[in-house]
Amino acid sequence: MSAINRGVRALKNSAKRYSLAALARNAFNGHNQWTEAWRNAKPREAYDVVIIGGGGHGLATAYYLASVHGIRNIAVLEKGWIGGGNTGRNTTIIRSNYLWDESAALYEHALKLWEGLSQDLNFNLMFSQRGVLTLAHSEHEMKEMSRRVNAIRLNGIDSEVLNPMEIKALVPIIDINPGLRYPVMGGFLQKRGGTARHDAVAWGYARAADDFGVDIIQNCAVTAIRREGDQVTGVETNQGFIKAAKIGCVASGHSGVLAAMAGLRLPIESRPLQALVSEPIKPVIDTVVMSNAVHMYISQSDKGELVLGAGTDAYNSYAQRGSLPIIEHMLEAAVELYPIVSRVRVLRTWGGIVDTCPDASPIISKTSIKGLYFNCGWGTGGFKATPGSGHVFADLIARDTPNAIAAPFALSRFESGHLIDEHGAAGVAH
Amino acid sequence: MLLIDCPWCGPRDDSEFQYGGEAHKRRPPAPDQVSDAVWADYLFHNQNPKGLYLERWRHSAGCRRWFNIARDTVSHAVLEVYPADALPSNAAARAVYEQNWRRENEAAANAAAVAETTEIGA
Ligand SMILES: Cc1cc2nc3c(=O)[nH]c(=O)nc-3n(C[C@H](O)[C@H](O)[C@H](O)COP(=O)(O)OP(=O)(O)OC[C@H]3O[C@@H](n4cnc5c(N)ncnc54)[C@H](O)[C@@H]3O)c2cc1C
Ligand SMILES: [Zn+2]
Repeated sequence: MSAINRGVRALKNSAKRYSLAALARNAFNGHNQWTEAWRNAKPREAYDVVIIGGGGHGLATAYYLASVHGIRNIAVLEKGWIGGGNTGRNTTIIRSNYLWDESAALYEHALKLWEGLSQDLNFNLMFSQRGVLTLAHSEHEMKEMSRRVNAIRLNGIDSEVLNPMEIKALVPIIDINPGLRYPVMGGFLQKRGGTARHDAVAWGYARAADDFGVDIIQNCAVTAIRREGDQVTGVETNQGFIKAAKIGCVASGHSGVLAAMAGLRLPIESRPLQALVSEPIKPVIDTVVMSNAVHMYISQSDKGELVLGAGTDAYNSYAQRGSLPIIEHMLEAAVELYPIVSRVRVLRTWGGIVDTCPDASPIISKTSIKGLYFNCGWGTGGFKATPGSGHVFADLIARDTPNAIAAPFALSRFESGHLIDEHGAAGVAH
Repeated sequence: MLLIDCPWCGPRDDSEFQYGGEAHKRRPPAPDQVSDAVWADYLFHNQNPKGLYLERWRHSAGCRRWFNIARDTVSHAVLEVYPADALPSNAAARAVYEQNWRRENEAAANAAAVAETTEIGA
């Protein structure tokens, strides 16, 4: 893979740039004069590109269109507030240890961008490469893990196998008693994996995109997609009609709703995915541990909350909440694997509507309508891909041709049969 | 959490049931003769509405029978529970059935089939 074009750095010469000098300057003013991170833009009549969806992926797309491709006449339309969708609801696990070459290329592209993204955006994303450990609980999982680790390493991505003693040393609160219902038999670790601050990702991209002149328009819901013949012409919104010859749809769980506006069909089912945090406790775990067999994963936030997640509900929903049995199930597994959590109280639970795809891989694609592009289907695991997704999607929109990383993720794969089956890597694992 | 009124066993928690996705979806009778697009449409495209949805459920931890329900995917309210081989009687649910793109496809396919048989007959 050739070196990534990270684009022009945002805020390089801007008075808005965060720095030690800026901190000192503002300290003298009692911190009353920090400028707003992005303008509260009102829609103009027309744009070169309109991005629907102000989540991390949509904002990253706008940022790379501006910084890499020099397209600056862009609006990002968000029906609520930016980052209020799955970007602000996810458990922020970042890794690139996927099975197939196509996925490895995409997620590793993202991970390389994460490494250095705080500098690119002049915004502290609290990107923490604390490692992501995936457990194996059976003979079968052990064999599957060896195959997976070999495939990952052949793609030049770091991954190493750990035995139960090594796991215990890394995660002292884990119970490795072989008598457990799902004993810890081994695991594999991606040391470059980790977490980031989800809101900061939305805010960092928004601020940097705004600095290039991108209009970020909140409380702006798209209600219709207009076209003439097979060419898009713009969108109807609750703030009026906005003209654009290129429209990128990046609406995660609501992608199907947007597709229907354009008369298109997507192979997507919208399902609730839940997570929870405990009350804050002292640091007990400094990595991320996932387990597919027991449907649970855990990490600890900088505030001290244990962050737990599980699988999706089994039925379609747009209710922004999930069902209690899923929570019970994840807590049962947590208590068995990490006995100390049994006395910790749950602080809050929440859900987000994720866009699940039949092969657990995303869709980054042109459509049968000229100028209309979709970036969706990330399902339970798209946060980690945010920079990579925005980077390749911006490239697709700017050049109207998918690059080598994006090409396998076109919608046409559902007709050609070239599915990229990542259920093993993405089933529960985010 | 849903409370689903199984036509045979009465109201039970959704954890006793298995989800079957879109109802009234018909498998193309001759898969090897349809285009890739038609086959992909059958395999991968489902209605994924924000609102009323006609879907199949199975009482897998009970009587193990399949049936259909009309459910709102935002409020989770169940409007109607009806047999797998019937159509909903609720007017709103009926409209959802009629407006499904598959009905157009089926109508077109039927028309084509009729045209073909008349041609062969002629
Ligand atoms: C509980 C949970 C845990 C998760 N954990 C992880 C994890 O650990 N690691 C990981 O990699 N991924 C995880 N994910 C998945 C990840 O959150 C998503 O894949 C990713 O954040 C999607 O980003 P996005 O920008 O595409 O979508 P979003 O952030 O959802 O943004 C889409 C935006 O589009 C807007 N929108 C929708 N319709 C319209 C309209 N008509 N007009 C205007 N705007 C509209 C929405 O309001 C929303 O803000 C998790 C998800 C959930 C719910
Ligand atoms: Zn029953």
